[in-house]
Amino acid sequence: MQPTGRAPVVDVALQDTGIAVADQVDRAKVLQRLRLGDAAYRHLTRAAAITVLVILGGIIFSLIWGSLPALRTFGISFLYEEAWNPVTEKFGAIAPIYGTIVTSIIAMLIAVPVGLFIAVFLTELCPMWLRRPVGIAIELLAGIPSIIYGIWGLFVFAPFLQQHVQPFIISLFGDIPVLSTLFAGPPYGIGILTAGLILAIMVLPFVTSISRDVFEAVPPVLKEAAYGLGCTTWEVCRYVVLPYARVGVIGGVMLGLGRALGETMAVTFVIGNAHRISGSLLAPGTTISATIANEFTEAVGDLYTSALIALGLILFVITFIVLAAARLMLMRMNARVGG
Amino acid sequence: MAATFQSSLYTSRRRRNRISMGLAYAATAFGLSWLVLILAVLLWEGFSGLSLSVFTEMTPPPGSAGGLLNPIAGSLIMTVIAVLIGTPLGILAGTYMAEYGRYDRLTTVVRFINDILLSAPSIVVGLFVYEVMVAQMGHFSGWAGAVALAVIVVPVVVRTTEDMLILVPDTLREAAASIGLPRSNMIIKVAYRAARAGMVTGVLLAVARISGETAPLLFTALNNQFWSLNLNAPVASLPVVIFQFALSPYSDWQKLAWTGALIITLAVLALSIIARTLTAQRKTS
Repeated sequence: MQPTGRAPVVDVALQDTGIAVADQVDRAKVLQRLRLGDAAYRHLTRAAAITVLVILGGIIFSLIWGSLPALRTFGISFLYEEAWNPVTEKFGAIAPIYGTIVTSIIAMLIAVPVGLFIAVFLTELCPMWLRRPVGIAIELLAGIPSIIYGIWGLFVFAPFLQQHVQPFIISLFGDIPVLSTLFAGPPYGIGILTAGLILAIMVLPFVTSISRDVFEAVPPVLKEAAYGLGCTTWEVCRYVVLPYARVGVIGGVMLGLGRALGETMAVTFVIGNAHRISGSLLAPGTTISATIANEFTEAVGDLYTSALIALGLILFVITFIVLAAARLMLMRMNARVGG
Repeated sequence: MAATFQSSLYTSRRRRNRISMGLAYAATAFGLSWLVLILAVLLWEGFSGLSLSVFTEMTPPPGSAGGLLNPIAGSLIMTVIAVLIGTPLGILAGTYMAEYGRYDRLTTVVRFINDILLSAPSIVVGLFVYEVMVAQMGHFSGWAGAVALAVIVVPVVVRTTEDMLILVPDTLREAAASIGLPRSNMIIKVAYRAARAGMVTGVLLAVARISGETAPLLFTALNNQFWSLNLNAPVASLPVVIFQFALSPYSDWQKLAWTGALIITLAVLALSIIARTLTAQRKTS
C-alpha cells in the first residue's frame, strides 16, 4: 500500500516545512512549529469532541428551561391530566403520552417478529446471490424519509384501511367482550392503529438489519455442531442462534423502539390529532411528536408554548432512557463477540 | 410402537420446521412488498405531476398552477450550509475519538452520547434550535433551519469518521511516526487519505438523512410562499411544503406534494446508492 502517493515519504512529511534546505537553527524552529501544530490540532479535535457533549447538554438545558413555566404552573399533574385546552390554558400530557406508547407498542408487536423472521431468512435460507440485493432493499426502506411514509399513509394506506379492513375488524370483533371496545367505533381510517401500522413499516428495517448483523456474528461452529446433531433449521435458529444473539437482538429492538417513540412526520399525517384517550384503537388520538408538530407554530401565549416544550422534554427523557439501554446492551453484545 | 413414536416426532419436527421457514419467506415477502407498494404509488402519483414548471415556478396559491422552485432552492441552500457546519465539526470530533483519544474516558462518553444523538427524535432538535436561536432572535429564519439540520449531520459524520479511521491499519500510522511525522500531519496526510472513501460516504448519508427531515424545520425555518434567499427570514423547504400541501384540501397542492415527495425520494435513493458503491469499491480494492 502506498498511502502517500508516489513521492518519497520524507518529502511528503517535510514538504511544507522546507527542512531540507534549512540549517541547524531553522531545524529547531521547524520542529517547534510542528510540535505546536500538533498540539493545536489535538486541542481542536478535542474541542470538537466536547462540542458533541455540549450539544446534548444544550438540548437538555434548553428543554428544561423552556418547559419551566408549564411545569411551575401545573406541577406533577401535567403528567397525568388529560385536559388540553389552549383557550382556558389547561394542559395535561397524558393523552399524547398514551398515544406515543400505544402506537409504539403496536409497531413493535408487528415489526419484531417479522424483522426476526426476515433476519432468519437472510442468514439461513437465502441463496448467497440474493442476500445482498434483499439486504439492500430492506435498508432502502430504512432510508426513505418519514414524510414519504406519512403522505403514503394519508392518501393510500388510511383510505384502504377505512374501506376494506376496519369495517371487517369491527364486525368481526363486535360480539367479543374486550376486543369489541378495543376495535369499536366508526372506521375513520386515520387513528392510533393506522399510526402504529405505519410505524411498524418504518421500524421494520432497523430491527431487521441489526438482527441480521447479530445473527451473522454467531460463530458458525455452534450452528454446525447443532446441524451435526440433526437439528432442523428452525431448531438451530430457536435454540442456538437466538439465545446466543439475545442481548444484541434486544438492543436492536430497543433502538427501533427509540425511533418509533420519536417519529414525527409519518405519525402526524395519520393519527388524527385528537387530545383524548379512547378505548378504541380505531379512534383518532395524538402522540407527543405529532402534537408538537401540529401546534407549535400556532401556539399563542407563553404557557401554551411552554407546555409543548414540556412535552418535548418528556419525549426526550423517554427516548433517552430507551436508547441508552439499547446502546448498553449492544455494547455488551459487542464486548462478548470481541472477547 | 417405538418406531411410530420416533417417526411421529420426526414428522412433527419437520412440520414445525417447514411452518417456521415458510413464515420466514412470508415475512421477507411482506417486508419487501411495502417497499414495492410505496415506491409504486410514489412513482405513479409523482411522475404524473412532474413537469418543467415544477422546477421553474414558485409555489402557487390554491387553485392555480405553479411549481416548487422556492422550496427546492431553500432546501438546497439550508442543506449545503448544514453540511458546511456539521461536516468539519463531525470529522474533527471523530478524529479525536479514533486517533488522539482512542482509549480515553472522554471518547467512551462521547461515543455513547453521539449514538444517542444519532437516533434522538428530530423534533426535539427543532425545539432546541427554536429555544436557542428563534426565541433569541425573535423571528424564524433560514439560519435556524440550517443549524437544526447541522445538529443532525454531526452525529452521522462523527460515527462514520470514527469507524473509518479505526479501520486504517496501525502499520500506516507507525510508518508515518517512524519518519518523525508529527501526529497531526500523519492524520491529515496518511489516515484521512486512507479513510477518504468511507468519510465521504458518511457525509453523503448525512445529506440523505437531512434532505427528508421535516420536523426540525417546522419551527425554525418555517415556510415561505415566495422567492426568498434571505436567510434571516423564513425560508421554504421541500419537506415542509409537502407537509403543508398534503394536508391541504386542494387537489393541486396535493398533486405538488406528491411530486415533491418523488423528488426527495429519488434524491435520497440516489445518494444512498452512491454511498453504497463508494464503500463497496473500498471493500473490493
